[in-house]
Amino acid sequence: MMPDLGKYAVEVLSAYAVSLLLLAVLVLWTLRRGRTARATLDAAEKEAGRHG
Amino acid sequence: MRALLIRDLTLALRAGGGFGLGLAFFLIVTVLVPFSVGPQAELLQLIAPGVLWLGALLACLLSLDRLLALDFEDGTLDLLLTAPLPLEGALSVKALAHWLTTGLPLVLAAPVLGVLLNLAPAGYLWLVVSLAVGTPALSVIGCFGAALTVGIKRGGLLLSLLVLPLYVPTLIFGAEVARRGAGGQEVATPLLMLAGITCAVIALMPFASAAVLRMGLR
Amino acid sequence: MSIWSYANPVKFLTLSARVQPVLWVLSMACVATGLIWGFFGTPQDYRQGATVKIIYLHVPAALMAINAWFMMLVASLIWLIRRHHVSALAAKAAAPVGVVMTVIALLTGAIWGQPMWGTWWAWDPRLTSFLILFLFYLGYIALWEAIEDPDTAADLTSVLCLVGSVFAVLSRYAVQFWNQGLHQGTSVPVATGGRSVDDVFFYPLVICMIGFGLLFVALVFYRTGTEIRLRRAAALRARAGRAA
Repeated sequence: MMPDLGKYAVEVLSAYAVSLLLLAVLVLWTLRRGRTARATLDAAEKEAGRHG
Repeated sequence: MRALLIRDLTLALRAGGGFGLGLAFFLIVTVLVPFSVGPQAELLQLIAPGVLWLGALLACLLSLDRLLALDFEDGTLDLLLTAPLPLEGALSVKALAHWLTTGLPLVLAAPVLGVLLNLAPAGYLWLVVSLAVGTPALSVIGCFGAALTVGIKRGGLLLSLLVLPLYVPTLIFGAEVARRGAGGQEVATPLLMLAGITCAVIALMPFASAAVLRMGLR
Repeated sequence: MSIWSYANPVKFLTLSARVQPVLWVLSMACVATGLIWGFFGTPQDYRQGATVKIIYLHVPAALMAINAWFMMLVASLIWLIRRHHVSALAAKAAAPVGVVMTVIALLTGAIWGQPMWGTWWAWDPRLTSFLILFLFYLGYIALWEAIEDPDTAADLTSVLCLVGSVFAVLSRYAVQFWNQGLHQGTSVPVATGGRSVDDVFFYPLVICMIGFGLLFVALVFYRTGTEIRLRRAAALRARAGRAA
């Protein structure tokens, strides 16, 4: 199923690998940060509720 | 306005080193270049206009964080904010003072340093002209960068990161004038572009700088 | 109901929560379809060989690198004029996405340039402009990080974004004047309605471009929500600290 990439196989595959890796890192980092932010806000709201 | 200019000039001349520092830096950069690329006369001649432009630009950058930081610390900026003089005008005057104490000496020193780098004889005139036309833009743009970073502790490095990309067009056209001049080609197009950038920047940038300063000090 | 009602953070979060699943699924589907179609289903170019397949990453990333900055410019203007916090936070949220897109465009370009032009890097106008754009992104993000007061940070970065845009355009023309390049013209000239890419390559490319665009929108929605929550948490903390 792998297409024949001829003599440029290394270039094409590395371009795809690098780009997909960067995109994956960006998405995962974003999700991780989002989850921490949610947790921080929940904690802060609970605390505010206790005080207020 | 004139009082502010005179005050800035005397402070720059008196405040131990602020005045000569840029020039000394320019000299050192120029001296270091042959050490790093080798002493071949033809090579130096080829890169001389670009190196001199880059050196002048970096020397200008070096003195930028003094432009507003000292006034911020001793409270002069707060006075300027409430002064009857519009802040745009005050910042233009400060940029002018910066140019007179940094840019102008660099322009005058450049031909001397050109000798060190074996600049082509035809290049001296255009080097001086391009620097004279281009360095005011560096001062005014730098004033904007200084206004952006004035409230930030240790903002010097950040200032360089913000200002250097803004210097790109000026550097490209200025160095192009000097290079074409040294090579004996026509220089009118890049020189006009350079002058255009300088005029536009002098006319518009103080408004941005003043706006930024008001926001930052609010 | 006007669009400005979404300047309310709560309303924005509700809207964002509603459209995000759709956006994520659509963007992933488009990116996957476009890339798989492009990678497995298109022939080799008769001159460029298999390297033409890099176009499905390179062009969409470059497109979004510029559009992300443009979106930041619009968001900054909205913040400066109407002072909606969501808008400023959206600009902040978009910047790192733009950086990643710029890096992808530069890296895939370098990998593509090596076999085609015989060099990883050339001081070609397009390449140089992208490098300058990358520097602008770095400065913008660094300024956000450096200022503590969030409103001042939003103000100053917005002005930097405006001034930076002017200078980015100026640099583009300066660089073009400075060096005529190797890079071919635009692949999908929208203005003229024509195209310089053959149909076989064009359809997967368009799907990839749509996919990258949707992915950008989804990321910005998500990241803006994150920024809003962090801001609210900080505000609650500050209030609790004052009360205690």
